[in-house]
Amino acid sequence: MKTMLAIISNALCRMTGRNAGAQTVSEGARVVVSRSFADFTPQATFDIKKCDLHRLEEGPPVKAELTREQGLQYYRTMQTVRRMELKADQLYKQKIIRGFCHLYDGQEACAAGIEAAINPSDHLITAYRAHGYTYTRGVSVKEILAELTGRRGGVAKGKGGSMHMYAPHFYGGNGIVGAQVPLGAGIALACQYQGNNQVCVTLYGDGAANQGQLFESYNMAALWKLPCIFICENNKYGMGTSVERAAASTDYYKRGDFIPGLRVDGMDVLCVREATQFAADHCRAGKGPIIMELQTYRYHGHSMSDPGVSYRTREEIQEVRSKSDPISMLKERMLSHNMASVEEFKEIDIEIRKQVEEATQFATSDPEPPLEELCNHIFSKNPPLEMSK
Amino acid sequence: MLCFTYTYLKAPASCGFIATASIRLLAIRSSLFTWLMNAEIKKQYPNAECTKTIKIFAFFMCEVLHFFNLIGSPKGPTQKMNLFQSITSALDNTLASDPTAVIFGEDVAFGGVFRCTVGLRDKYGKDRVFNTPLCEQGIVGFGIGVAVAGATAIAEIQFADYIFPAFDQIVNEAAKYRYRSGNLFDCGNLTIRAPWGCVGHGALYHSQSPEAFFAHCPGLKIVIPRGPIQAKGLLLSCIADKNPCIFFEPKILYRAAVEQVPEEPYTIPLSQAEILQEGSDVTLVSWGTQIHVLKEVASMAQEKLGVSCEVIDLQTILPWDIETVCKSVVKTGRLLISHEAPVTGGFAAEISSTVQEECFLNLEAPISRVCGYDTPFPHIFEPFYTPDKWKCFEAIKKMINY
Repeated sequence: MKTMLAIISNALCRMTGRNAGAQTVSEGARVVVSRSFADFTPQATFDIKKCDLHRLEEGPPVKAELTREQGLQYYRTMQTVRRMELKADQLYKQKIIRGFCHLYDGQEACAAGIEAAINPSDHLITAYRAHGYTYTRGVSVKEILAELTGRRGGVAKGKGGSMHMYAPHFYGGNGIVGAQVPLGAGIALACQYQGNNQVCVTLYGDGAANQGQLFESYNMAALWKLPCIFICENNKYGMGTSVERAAASTDYYKRGDFIPGLRVDGMDVLCVREATQFAADHCRAGKGPIIMELQTYRYHGHSMSDPGVSYRTREEIQEVRSKSDPISMLKERMLSHNMASVEEFKEIDIEIRKQVEEATQFATSDPEPPLEELCNHIFSKNPPLEMSK
Repeated sequence: MLCFTYTYLKAPASCGFIATASIRLLAIRSSLFTWLMNAEIKKQYPNAECTKTIKIFAFFMCEVLHFFNLIGSPKGPTQKMNLFQSITSALDNTLASDPTAVIFGEDVAFGGVFRCTVGLRDKYGKDRVFNTPLCEQGIVGFGIGVAVAGATAIAEIQFADYIFPAFDQIVNEAAKYRYRSGNLFDCGNLTIRAPWGCVGHGALYHSQSPEAFFAHCPGLKIVIPRGPIQAKGLLLSCIADKNPCIFFEPKILYRAAVEQVPEEPYTIPLSQAEILQEGSDVTLVSWGTQIHVLKEVASMAQEKLGVSCEVIDLQTILPWDIETVCKSVVKTGRLLISHEAPVTGGFAAEISSTVQEECFLNLEAPISRVCGYDTPFPHIFEPFYTPDKWKCFEAIKKMINY
């Protein structure tokens, strides 16, 4: 079987004039039928949903361009986050991860789209549903899973856990709802002060949108024209409370009142990217803050202690999964425009699965942080702490 | 003599250690009162006839006092309840007896994240048990308003760790309302409930014990129960109390602690510490979950060191029962205070300071505090952080050998 296919592919190669030696047949009797890259569309334009605008004359474009490389990269990012979150779910159920664990699957388009539109030198801060952003901001899956299991190889040395993961220009990972928003405004102030043309993306959820400190932050940011992009990830439920029952106005993009706002389809990575690009340009031009509401959905409950079905129906979750899943949507778009093949996606999936497996291996075998870490990092220069008590 | 025996025998009918003790005490007291009255009257009116009337009157008084005591003490049918069920029972009793009572907080309508308010909305209506949006400062501020206007407000903060946005409202508004208005207004109808303390996997923001922050604020009452029976009685006392109260519920005990709790309402007096176990060598003081650790330590000390420990549950942190603790220290000469919160500025420091002022010459050894370390509540290091029985045992050993 293998030899026969090899002969055929060699014949094809001779026909197309490619180097036969470059063809490889993968192990395990799985044959990849190689296609020339010239077969794929390198770039295509897609129609995306128009954003609702608040205090803005024009919004982001309604067409988005996507190159093949970009598409595959977004796919890879989103699929990695998805697989990582599902693995975290599994490990939690096995009690290898303990404590609180808030999973991000369903919302991957937000993380991937935002990262695609900003630079690594820009800043980002979010709340506790942070695993996706930790990954997009550059932390490896290995370090994320090790942090969840509380090992020394974790990104916060095992001392932070699920809600407290950090990276350069990524300020976490914050447990207290809404508390990260004034911090984000402060980071934006630092960017403005230092004149480095960077922006700060400050994320929060629909539950946090009712916290008083957000309105204080809006006021300060607007008053001083801070380069702050406030993003509300509206996944329709603040833990178990639906948005209609918690908010007098569910138009979260309008809640900044005097701050311009956009409502964006958060399940479409291209829509998110275009909107974030628009918002970043707005801030960098010195026009002050802007609010984006990403309409998205989470498949899991609020946290691992929440089954997620006591306040919404399984049918609802299924409907979103089948009609608006961000990863499927991107995949279908690329396939329908002949930008990639099914096999390629499969290969990426397999690679990611392997990567996550390896990370899990590391996360379960790495030792826990040493006892000295208990009293380490309380102050800048630690005075010796009496352990005798 | 008759009424003394009568009352003394009636005591066991009511359940609970305190109740029995207090009734017996009452019996002794009332009999003493009768005897004294008798003696006094005999002095004033040497005529024999009057004394009979007096005796009947005194007997009647005993009965009346006994009756009042029974109202206050747990009795009647009991049901096996865990901590969250006993809280539900207390809230149920309150909503039934007080038409102005309202319960609000995050997610209380469906029953609450710890099931403390299950069934109450269906029973009493959605205008009495309702959800608030996610805003602690708003919840407490709103609660103060409700209380000041005359309704009984029972606010729930989802975790004690989240109480800090409301800190200003509690300390600056609630605690000082009566004082600054010269008693014209007060928010005594306000009770704030919050799950408290370590839970095994809570990490930084689901395990904190913030009682010390609030203990520094005159005008508040802070109460922490150790089990279902105490929880119901103390919560009902807090709700009835005419001062703003914060009621911390040890979340680790919500399901773990199960007792036979009376279904009828009853109160346990505030600012009264309870002596769980009498002893002569060391006084152990704590509250909430840690009391159970200290009970174990007391039996360990008895077994391994032959040391007899007196275990006191403070119950009310502010204002705390200075008398009971000091009396105990005068007897034993040694004091150990234990709590989960960090040691610096923790409430043990206050107790320690007051006790050394009052009982300095009675102390045989320095007062020992076995508390959490001065770090944020850790995620992975929790077993090392918490003041477990071994640390307490070591401290007792040190005090004995001082």
